[in-house]
Amino acid sequence: MNKTLTRRGLLQGSAVAAALALSLTGCGGGAPTAQQTVSSSAVEEALQKGGKLTVWAWEPTLKKVVEGFEAKYPNVDVELVNAGTGNDQYTALQNAISAGSGVPDVAQIEYYALPQFSLAKSVTDLSQFGASELKDTFTPGPWASVQAAGGVYGLPMDSGPMALFYNKEVFDKHGIAVPKTWDEFLEAGRALKKADPNAYIANDTGDAGFTTSMIWQAGGKPYKVEGSNVTVNFSDEGSSKFTETWQKLIDEKLLAPVGSWSDEWYKGLGSGTIATLPIGAWMPGNLSSGVAEGEGKWRAAPLPQWEEGGKSSSENGGSSLAIPAAGSQAALAYGFLEYSNVDDGVKTRIDGGSFPATAKEISSPEFLNAEFKYFGGQQANKVFAESAQNVVQGWSYLPFQVYANSIFNDTVGQAYVSDTKLTDGLASWQKATVKYGSEQGFTLKE
Amino acid sequence: MSAPTATRPGTIPPAGRTASPVRLRSSRTAPKRRSRRSIGLTLAMGLVLLYSLAPLFWLLVNSTKTQEGLFSSFGLWFDDDFALWDNIARTATYDDGIFLRWLANTLLYVVLGAGGATFLAVLGGYALAKFDFPGKKGVFAVVIGAVAVPGTALAVPTFLMFSQMGLTNTPWAVIIPSLISPFGLYLMWTFASEAIPTEILESARIDGASEARTFFQVCLPLLTPGIVTVLLFTMVATWNNYFLPLIMLKNPDWYPLTLGLNAWNAQAATAGGEAIFNLVITGSLLTILPLIAAFLLLQRYWQSGLSAGSVKE
Repeated sequence: MNKTLTRRGLLQGSAVAAALALSLTGCGGGAPTAQQTVSSSAVEEALQKGGKLTVWAWEPTLKKVVEGFEAKYPNVDVELVNAGTGNDQYTALQNAISAGSGVPDVAQIEYYALPQFSLAKSVTDLSQFGASELKDTFTPGPWASVQAAGGVYGLPMDSGPMALFYNKEVFDKHGIAVPKTWDEFLEAGRALKKADPNAYIANDTGDAGFTTSMIWQAGGKPYKVEGSNVTVNFSDEGSSKFTETWQKLIDEKLLAPVGSWSDEWYKGLGSGTIATLPIGAWMPGNLSSGVAEGEGKWRAAPLPQWEEGGKSSSENGGSSLAIPAAGSQAALAYGFLEYSNVDDGVKTRIDGGSFPATAKEISSPEFLNAEFKYFGGQQANKVFAESAQNVVQGWSYLPFQVYANSIFNDTVGQAYVSDTKLTDGLASWQKATVKYGSEQGFTLKE
Repeated sequence: MSAPTATRPGTIPPAGRTASPVRLRSSRTAPKRRSRRSIGLTLAMGLVLLYSLAPLFWLLVNSTKTQEGLFSSFGLWFDDDFALWDNIARTATYDDGIFLRWLANTLLYVVLGAGGATFLAVLGGYALAKFDFPGKKGVFAVVIGAVAVPGTALAVPTFLMFSQMGLTNTPWAVIIPSLISPFGLYLMWTFASEAIPTEILESARIDGASEARTFFQVCLPLLTPGIVTVLLFTMVATWNNYFLPLIMLKNPDWYPLTLGLNAWNAQAATAGGEAIFNLVITGSLLTILPLIAAFLLLQRYWQSGLSAGSVKE
């Protein structure tokens, strides 16, 4: 039932998107930047005048940010609502937009989901507030993620440059070196399995976010989006680099058949049966709260490379704050976005354990030299900050990625539980994605 | 509903042949009842019992563990440190005591929603059972039809309607749909037609009692077992309601316990979120306690309500 509703919302949205794309033909790549039409003094005025602002977000540190914001602008009353995590919230947001009521003034939207809302113009282009000028404020990965058709559709809130978290105790115990390339990762997986049949180098049961981030790092560009013209192609070199190595890990049963975020996963991370975690830099907070017994055992290392001596990385997760177009207080909402993602709020969130998306904070000595008790005193932010600088450019997600990710397990997921090969899984994912995209009014190419 | 139970051949003892027909109908009073114990059935029953109690046992055991203890100890037995009281205290105080707010919300939805649904079902069921009016057959068809439609299927259309009325994200969005219980109405209808002899109504009317007085003072006491049955049904339905509040409510301040616990559970899957599996489990235990208490307290009525109408005196 829910899904039907979402699809209908999408349908309307993408019909609008298609119509817009026709009138905007050619505005895809090197599009001209939109001009600022609302001055910053108008935003400041809205903040002073005040009002009630509804913010939909699940990011835990925002609670403190809201407190700080309300203290600074006493006339603004922010209602922070956790309307669900990720997909649940997008469904609710899409429903509210379709129903035309109950749309929040500000919504947290993950980078992978933002194109879905920006292409349908369900969220406001922030260039009118001068957001285009913020290019150097943010790190490259997140900044690229909020761009679409020459506009800026959200302000980056946090980011997830990938790193390899590993359980040092396990590696030391079996005398295995921390892998620097994915080939070494495979070798380490074999060695670990040999030393302890119950231990796995990593866990994976098929995770769309992870797979796309891995292909991203390998230089693959399976998605190309220009207006309403979308190409989906998983047969490029980057994608095959990933599938070749990962297929071996699957075939040799070197990956724990445990889904991420499950209680078994938390258990495995604590007990040492899951030895590494290639994931976004926002992970430390989850480790210290969910895997308390792992304190002192875990470390962070750069993500293994596809080529020896390489330095490429990708983003995994992370979200932006966007302003749904249905709201009537865009200036006030933008004031909140600025406070939270550019000004004072950034520090509040870093103190709360969030990984920043702002260039200034990521290169500040205070941030880089912070010692993580959980990682045995390691200055882990140095690893993450380097990763953030090395994110491979040119990646884009689909304007219907939320749907695509929702069918990942029916297609690619098969490779983890049956004889289906990863490449075949990706091919059928591609096929299903193309079919859906065409139904939504996009022009699809494979 | 009026099938005589005594036709089951096994329940007629040989001696019963000489007994009066009235006694025949009640197997409880039959003398020299043969022992009908069956090892197979007892075993099957035991398995079903185990199947139903095991999750409760798991819940009870694991609510005594800390977050770390949950992962490091055997799932079906206690951990070394007993953290139940600590867990309860943390559940009640976590995130500024939001759990208590959810508990209060759930109580509100149950009292107004289930209480209201029961009240309406009793009124409607009584009227349908004891009054003749044109269109009664039509009402019957509608009610039977409504019993067949699951509430989940109506949730989305209701959402769209309520959002036009501006009622979403308010407690009314949960309470108003809960007020309708076709099954409760049907149950009250059959119960009232069995439990209230038309003669009583007639004598009340002859004595000059108004219809309202007849209903409240004469009929309600007779209907008590049925009312409790419907009340329990609607209470369970409202207490466990998940899908309707899920799509109606966005503000955690109005969440019932079901949604709140799910939100806590989802926290573990959120970047930067705190994993609080121990509080989710303890919260779940606290959530089912009131229902268990309600069943134990109202058990007597529940049983007589269930069998109501199955025996015709």
